[in-house]
Amino acid sequence: MSDTINIAEPVLEVKDLGVRYETSQGMVHAVSGVTFDVGKNEVFGIAGESGCGKSTLIRALLRLLPDNADSTADRMRYLGMDLFAMSDADFREKILWQEISLVPQSAMNSLNPVYRVGDQVIEAIRAHRSISKVEAAERVAELFDVVGLQSDLMQSFPHEFSGGMRQRAMIAMSLALDPGLIVMDEPTTGLDVLVQERILRRIREIRAEISSSIILITHDIAVIAELSDRIAIMYGGQFMEQASAIELFDNPSHPYTLGLKNAFPSIQNLGNELISIPGSPPTISGPISCCPFEPRCPFHIEQCAISLPQPLDCGNGHEVRCFRGDEAEQLRPLAADKNTWRSLN
Amino acid sequence: MALVELKHLTKHFEVRPGLVDRTLRNKPSRYIKAVERLNIDVQENEILGIAGESGCGKSTTCMMIAGLLPPTSGEIRYRGQNLGTADAAALKMHRRNVQMIFQDPYESLNPRFRIADIVAEGPRALKLWPESEISERVIAMLAGVGLNPGKYAERFPHELSGGERQRVGIASAMVMEPEMIIADEPLSMLDVSIRAGILDLFRELQDQRGFSSVYVSHDLSILGNVADRLMIMYLGQAMEVGPVEQVIRSPQHPYTRALIGAVAIPDPRVKRPIPKISGDISRPIDPPPGCRFAPRCPYADDSCGHTFLELDTSDPGRHQAACHRLHVLPDEGL
Repeated sequence: MSDTINIAEPVLEVKDLGVRYETSQGMVHAVSGVTFDVGKNEVFGIAGESGCGKSTLIRALLRLLPDNADSTADRMRYLGMDLFAMSDADFREKILWQEISLVPQSAMNSLNPVYRVGDQVIEAIRAHRSISKVEAAERVAELFDVVGLQSDLMQSFPHEFSGGMRQRAMIAMSLALDPGLIVMDEPTTGLDVLVQERILRRIREIRAEISSSIILITHDIAVIAELSDRIAIMYGGQFMEQASAIELFDNPSHPYTLGLKNAFPSIQNLGNELISIPGSPPTISGPISCCPFEPRCPFHIEQCAISLPQPLDCGNGHEVRCFRGDEAEQLRPLAADKNTWRSLN
Repeated sequence: MALVELKHLTKHFEVRPGLVDRTLRNKPSRYIKAVERLNIDVQENEILGIAGESGCGKSTTCMMIAGLLPPTSGEIRYRGQNLGTADAAALKMHRRNVQMIFQDPYESLNPRFRIADIVAEGPRALKLWPESEISERVIAMLAGVGLNPGKYAERFPHELSGGERQRVGIASAMVMEPEMIIADEPLSMLDVSIRAGILDLFRELQDQRGFSSVYVSHDLSILGNVADRLMIMYLGQAMEVGPVEQVIRSPQHPYTRALIGAVAIPDPRVKRPIPKISGDISRPIDPPPGCRFAPRCPYADDSCGHTFLELDTSDPGRHQAACHRLHVLPDEGL
């Protein structure tokens, strides 16, 4: 955990972000009421299962939403600049890649197969900076060094790279213009254990060298625990809980977080029985009027099905979106018992 | 007696050069040596986990055990009978006795079949029972995997969630009343919150029906939870085998140590040491005869490049590693 994180001086401020998709089945509220700040030099992890809205969230941030989507926010600022007031052209020119860059999901398949890898990164740099090819190539060689690729590999085509090498090339590209914020969408999903370990270590090293902040999105609790300073747990388009990594693992308070903790295997605790969360993730169509986790929650009360809980501040930047957030101490031992979750079925 | 015994099982895939290279330049074929002299014994009622990175031969091994791919050399014995010399009737029985659960529940179910028909397809194809009995068994099986038959039997796969689909996959395998289940990464496509439920179902069915299983995964945390015994493979060779807790808690082989040391741990306080291996996994095209991990191994010497040790897996309680250099390795870590 870095000492230089400064949450008082956030790089990114998001307040009450919502994204709706208009579909043939009606409005889908993919993201709603999402509020967070990312501090300078901080790794902010967002964990959630498929369909929880985590990819939509970053698409809204990067203005990559499809036409049928509509996003609203009370505030979305990057270093004080109002991102929502900015025109699309300005955003592309001044923010995208220059200030906020993306390592896309399945980065493995994001490289153009018929161009040399080095040329693709050179092209990305020259699209934004008026520098010569030779200068750009020098910069790429530096970047390759940062991500641990030999500079002669710039001449290779993507098919000559392994999955881990392609992922590193994409990370190099995201660093190319010294952005203040890098968004990484599932950066290690689909990679083998040893390759994943090396990418994680590389991200940690890069972070120590540069001053960029990182938003890390993944479904893998172990990956998020290894890298993040602060973590948000997302479900049904909302942040259920957010806290510093240590606080979240020591004092998880939302029933969904408690359930995830039970369900996730750790190589360190082989004997621990895994407990699944009954039911399946929600489909978020129509207006959101109650807690999306209510149907799967063993601790739900009458209120949960009627109204939407607002984030409850537990101190130390720990927020829980649950009516029973203040009862976490009592709920925790119950949540560790398999029968608690079984009684729902 | 072991249910399945693999003896020196080997699978090589020929990579033929193009027409011009072959005819004019006389280039020889190259071989991908996917599995090399592998020995596995699976005991009755045992779950053998196989772990390894992509390209380690775990899926090829599964296909050979299921009888879907003939080995290049070596033999597969099922209840003592060699599959290579078995007659058609015996192979038919083998196809019933050994069932697979596939990785991707989105791709492995026929989208135009109703759930009941998907589950009934195997028994119908092998004419195991009269049609009325098949229907009864399918209904019972759906209930057995936690899918309410009244609700799900007439549905199509696209109406089901990933977890429900994987339950259908399990039902299709179980309805054949197999003695052996080969599960190839059955959880990797599913969300965390429902994985444990599928794992529970798998174990519950194993308790009730007492099948044996080969459970393949790259996820050591899950294997540590489900398997009785664990085998680690690297580029077609078995590196280490033993009771699962022993392999994970005190790995012997340098590769196993690196692999287990690299597993991310869901606890922000834990700091893992850096594994001391170099390079990337290659492809097993015309590999040297010795240990295939030797080029990346910090402890390898000349002998490693020439010969490799075959493991003897007949005793399920024995923990052993295929490494010449165990005596020079540090006690723990790497």
